[in-house]
Amino acid sequence: MLGMNKKDTALMIVVAILALGAPILLNPFPTESAMAQFNAGYPDLMQRFAIFGIFAIGFNILFGLTGYLSFGHAAFLGVGSYSVVWMYKLLDYNVIWGLPLAIATAGIFALLIGFISLRRSGIYFSILTLAFAQMSFNLAYSVLTPITNGETGLQVYTEDPQVLLGANEANAPHLFGLVMNQSSKLSMGGWEFTFNNGYYFCAVILMLMFYLAIRIFRSPFGMMLRAIKSNNTRMAYTGLNPRPYALAAFVISGMYAGLAGGLMAAMDPLAGAERMQWTASGEVVLMTILGGTGTLIGPVLGAGFIKYFENIFSKINDNILHGWFSFLPDGLEDFVVFIIHPFIGKGWHLTLGILFMLVVIFLPGGLVEGGQRIKKLITSKKDDDSNTAKTEPAE
Amino acid sequence: MDAIILQILNGLDKGSAYALIALGLTLIFGTLGVVNFAHGALFMIGAFCAVTLSKILSISFETIDPTQQDFLGNPLVVKTPYVHAWFGPEFGASLIDWAVPLSILFSIPIMIGIGFIMERGLIKHFYKREHADQILVTFGLAIVLQELVKYFFGANPIPTGAPDALTGAFDFGVFLGFDANTVIYPYWRLVYFFFSALVIGGVFAFLQFTTFGMVVRAGMADRETVGLLGINIDRRFTIMFGIAAAVAGLAGVMYAPINSPNYHMGMDFLVLSFVVVVVGGMGSLPGAVAAGFLLGVLESFASMNEVKSLLPGIDQIIIYLVAIIILLTRPRGLMGRKGVMEE
Repeated sequence: MLGMNKKDTALMIVVAILALGAPILLNPFPTESAMAQFNAGYPDLMQRFAIFGIFAIGFNILFGLTGYLSFGHAAFLGVGSYSVVWMYKLLDYNVIWGLPLAIATAGIFALLIGFISLRRSGIYFSILTLAFAQMSFNLAYSVLTPITNGETGLQVYTEDPQVLLGANEANAPHLFGLVMNQSSKLSMGGWEFTFNNGYYFCAVILMLMFYLAIRIFRSPFGMMLRAIKSNNTRMAYTGLNPRPYALAAFVISGMYAGLAGGLMAAMDPLAGAERMQWTASGEVVLMTILGGTGTLIGPVLGAGFIKYFENIFSKINDNILHGWFSFLPDGLEDFVVFIIHPFIGKGWHLTLGILFMLVVIFLPGGLVEGGQRIKKLITSKKDDDSNTAKTEPAE
Repeated sequence: MDAIILQILNGLDKGSAYALIALGLTLIFGTLGVVNFAHGALFMIGAFCAVTLSKILSISFETIDPTQQDFLGNPLVVKTPYVHAWFGPEFGASLIDWAVPLSILFSIPIMIGIGFIMERGLIKHFYKREHADQILVTFGLAIVLQELVKYFFGANPIPTGAPDALTGAFDFGVFLGFDANTVIYPYWRLVYFFFSALVIGGVFAFLQFTTFGMVVRAGMADRETVGLLGINIDRRFTIMFGIAAAVAGLAGVMYAPINSPNYHMGMDFLVLSFVVVVVGGMGSLPGAVAAGFLLGVLESFASMNEVKSLLPGIDQIIIYLVAIIILLTRPRGLMGRKGVMEE
């Protein structure tokens, strides 16, 4: 279907079901129950799932296929956000003007940065992209204040031109009148589901982008990118110049990042320089690795995983922990809470760091490889040692 | 002229920090071939060693002084640090005052220990894996160390003062024959510069003039051959990792009075130090030191008002700009060795 083989079609359908059904699937607990805090089905979080999913899919096209580890992708995210907010300021709140511009400007930026950075590889490439991203971040904070509004962040003011703004037009980001932050609620028994316009907008784009990624992975072009990763020198010896392919991959992944940044601004009409900081680039690296580098579904899983647990872990506090462990004797209860305390709330990054290290050390293929190992363990216990050593990434 | 000298001096202390961190990074890279993203975290831990020692020294007990009253009319509670009680108030006070320099002694064993544990416990297993994996696992470790420090010391910067004798500034200009008050320079920054020069000199002398250093240099040049000669090069490299960690830690200890330590100072310095290492040339120790000072001075020149009015924003990006130009024109860096990380 649509140029995909059976397996990919199945994967695409799974992603589509997950994306479209998320408001229901992520809300498994009734609103009144004690478990309701584990629900993730509210618009803000779901939008972040989708947006970071897109960001990670794009990053994976570069890192997963070509093996070039970029530490500067957040720059494109920031550029995308700024483009969209500028379109709000100049034209009107319709996101349809901003998003293509976000993709285009991020693409141009990626072309420039990639053209220079890709002249080196390995650690040098990482440092070069890092240097460019930090440069953009510093400039956005200081000299480019007329464009970026510096520390305050770019936002729409009433005195902005907004030449296309109609009389009855909504005063928030919308798509031809479909206002992004509006949602309809559906109550069923104890459950309440929120269907948010903005989330569905992101989800549809996520599905499109996922489809595009499948096609890139399966195309001859994707094969070339894999060749760069597995043996760059040999590829050059066969008479192919690897650099244009790598540059194309860099630009594509930059455009994905620009789109993700644009969507961030489409959900919330703000853009700040901190989106370009290198820690933000580090985050997308974490997502991709955690999910599974070089696999199709991995980055989406990684993005969802990190954003979900970031949200949940930061919400848990000592009182909740005491509630959970109240069955233990008092001293032991306090002790257990004391042990867990550093890992929750504001300490979520500690948990993330440890988790990330464990994944890099023991499970280089990420969550996807973990899933495969478990599957293999269940399905065939007989032929174990021969093929567990080398695990192909699932796609 | 005096403005130029002032900028050179200003650049030297930041340059010293870059040079020390870059030196450690290069030592690790040159010996073990590992790109250590957690090196900035070691720098930060060093700074927090100073914080810890000054906190330990000022642990006090409370006594009630019935002869005096506080403003509410209650008997005054006097806090006396234990060191005052043990060593007499005068010596105790000077102990607390000199906490930061004392932390040098305190931090060296700690940093070497941390270095050993890091190398034996984690990095050892990553020699055979890709550079990307090494970057990622040390990046994760950096996050963990940073968050641990944040958990124990909080997110706010902790001011840690230099000894009173060294807090002032002195008029360097008079010294060189300029007018008074043109080149004012804080003592502590001068101390930092000389200290880092001492550490750098020490490391170089250690590598150059001791048998141990000779073996390490031989191992950097050709690890396999040294191994074949029956020398346990791994053990020596582990010790070098400990030394590199100690160098980063010392840089952090002495930096504490210049910039109040906070948990993300390591990350801030790390990015720049990597740039420094790349500019100096991967695997070249003199290159790392030279590039550290060079970039520190360049950075402070770029922040002069005259330069800023000519090229707005240059002070923010000069280091990265230099790195990009160097990488594109001299991929090996200023003094890079042939065959290091060239693929």
